[in-house]
Amino acid sequence: MYRIISAEFIAPNIKRFEIEAPKIAKKRQAGQFVIIRVNETGERIPLTIADSNTELGTISIIVQGIGKTTLELNQLNSGDFIRDVVGPLGKASHIENFGTAVSIGGGVGTAIAYPTAVALKNAGNYTISIIGGRSKDFVILEDELKKASDEVFVTTDDGSYGIKGFVTQQLQALIDSGREIDFVLAIGPIPMMKAVAETTRPYGIKTVVSLNPIMVDGTGMCGGCRAIVDNKTVFVCVDGPEFDAHKVDFLTLERRNKIYNVEEAAAREHICNYDKMYTNELNK
Amino acid sequence: MPLSNKERMKIPRQQMPEQLPLVRNKNFSEVNLGLTEELARMEAERCIQCPKPTCINGCPVGIKIKDFIKLISDGQFAEASAKIKEDNMLPAICGRVCPQEEQCESLCIVGKKGEPVAIGRLERFVADYERENKLGKLPEVKAKTGKKIAVIGSGPAGLSCAGDLIQMGHDVTVFEALHDLGGVLIYGIPEFRLPKEIVRLEIESLQKLGVDFQPNAVIGLTDTVDELMEQGYAAVFIAVGAGLPYFLNIPGENFNGVYSSNEFLTRVNLMKAYKFPDMTTPVFDCRGKNVAVFGGGNTAMDAVRTAKRLGAENAYIVYRRSDAEMPARKEEIHHAKDEGIVFNYLANPLEFLGDENGWLKGVSLQKMELGEPDASGRRRPIPIAGSEYVLDIDMAVIAIGNGSNPIIRQTTPDLNFNKWGNILVDQNSMKTNKPGVFAGGDIVTGGATVILAMGAGRTAAKAINEYVLGLSNTAS
Repeated sequence: MYRIISAEFIAPNIKRFEIEAPKIAKKRQAGQFVIIRVNETGERIPLTIADSNTELGTISIIVQGIGKTTLELNQLNSGDFIRDVVGPLGKASHIENFGTAVSIGGGVGTAIAYPTAVALKNAGNYTISIIGGRSKDFVILEDELKKASDEVFVTTDDGSYGIKGFVTQQLQALIDSGREIDFVLAIGPIPMMKAVAETTRPYGIKTVVSLNPIMVDGTGMCGGCRAIVDNKTVFVCVDGPEFDAHKVDFLTLERRNKIYNVEEAAAREHICNYDKMYTNELNK
Repeated sequence: MPLSNKERMKIPRQQMPEQLPLVRNKNFSEVNLGLTEELARMEAERCIQCPKPTCINGCPVGIKIKDFIKLISDGQFAEASAKIKEDNMLPAICGRVCPQEEQCESLCIVGKKGEPVAIGRLERFVADYERENKLGKLPEVKAKTGKKIAVIGSGPAGLSCAGDLIQMGHDVTVFEALHDLGGVLIYGIPEFRLPKEIVRLEIESLQKLGVDFQPNAVIGLTDTVDELMEQGYAAVFIAVGAGLPYFLNIPGENFNGVYSSNEFLTRVNLMKAYKFPDMTTPVFDCRGKNVAVFGGGNTAMDAVRTAKRLGAENAYIVYRRSDAEMPARKEEIHHAKDEGIVFNYLANPLEFLGDENGWLKGVSLQKMELGEPDASGRRRPIPIAGSEYVLDIDMAVIAIGNGSNPIIRQTTPDLNFNKWGNILVDQNSMKTNKPGVFAGGDIVTGGATVILAMGAGRTAAKAINEYVLGLSNTAS
């Protein structure tokens, strides 16, 4: 049982948790994740470790409530317990001083990109962060990224904050303005990662994405998370989760993520009333 | 008046009560219901108590078979259980899953003239009797030695090693990567062959003896083997199993609906997807669908019978050799056929076919014929040119074997492995090349049986005990 030290919504349906997990806090590196199970009947899901505090022995995760498990998790508060947390899993981000590194986060993807953006800065890169959100409320970790980056751009689809447009448009603008970009990290919804890959492909800019397949064990023993990269089958949980964006078969990833759409909808039915609780809590 | 050998050999082998096939293929309850006391005593009478029993030679851990059977005849069931436990600490499990027909029963003298004594069923009877009547006594634990040992993996090898070491007086911590304990006993073998409650009770006994179990610990990631030794563990026993799924590596294997047996069985056995939505983890909805399982071993039987229970309209085994070469237990093949599983022999998959949304729709198969034996001693399958045909299927399970999960190898660079990722050990002590590190079970042998893993765990415990107490020299 893993105790939740703190829990707060940082955007509609997006909650940040600090969880007591000293071994994981000590070992984790940027890019790695944990698999959690909320309770006895729960399923196992992967969540990126956004941050950690080795003195306090805690890790941070940022969770978007979409399906039954994330919605249930987001109902928990400080003092509650998560039944199972295992990690750190996956390969750490490959960090080096590339030169100028651009980290792009779409929605909750920003939380996943954050630890790697920090690591890139610490390795000596000139770091630019582009944070995208549907609207102002969905732009997260702006202050944290301002501290960890040399420049920060914010885009919103509806223009309610920052620049109106998509993250790819901002990236293209940087490229067009003659900036020399040596490395791009993009994490967010699959269409966004795909779009960033296509934006950088003509210029041959090294681009890395973090894949988000369905997982069960997370240690390479079941193959449920398999994806196709460079025409070869990989297990995202042990070979990734980060891969060369220009070699990822995004179509297969998108398709495999739909395997349980029917079951997921049925499971969600049971909690459709709970979203009222979030709205109430956010409005406090 | 005791029976003569001639009279004993006239008694037919007693039938194991089982659920009716067409009832049990819709539920996950145990198929075999267990011998009644009456049937068990009758079966025990069939043993002719050979002066030089050959059955024991067939047992990987040397259970004193004729002795425990005699105790059953005398109505001393608790004593019979204690007799078995001198050599095998998990009789409730082995009595259910051991391939006795290839082990003890294959060497039974009575079996030369008729059917062998049902040694496995008697073992199970005794273990169940003890459990159901709460007769089990915790064994004695020797004085504490002050040494602590790390066991990696809570499957059969890890459990038997931990069980012996704790009785020898050492402190034992078992690290398990999953959130629940038992390894392949809980994620691989289905409920209808091995009820999880039995595994849970065995583990509870170990906890009562003082074994510390730590789930959610992936050794190699959460802690490395070297870090465990730095933390003061005097020895480490690596028993992580065969946790790397083999795929066919044919086109279309990543279509929606194609599973490794590990994933399919883990979802159903460990995560209890057959109880969805009460349990949150889903599995492919097999109801009314066509499912094909590729492979011929026990795992393939488990997968296909599970698919049938999940409602598959047609559940196929697709195997590239014939019935005679199938490595699965005859009993499981027989049960599967009774449950309505259709066996497609001499068929080899070439390519999975999918629809425009990436869902599996069929598999292209090629007919095979059998030629000369290959390295495994079984007749080699040879493709028949131009014989391709399509089998319509909605779901596929690849059950062609498992390799070694690479996490330990990648994080313990000075440990010696063979080219298949199996840890190299001295057969008599389970010692590896790394001082203080021992290994056993499927990580050493490749996918094998529960009883072999348990035997390895016991061999290792003995050697570890000597090692940590400084009773042996350290050179292996």
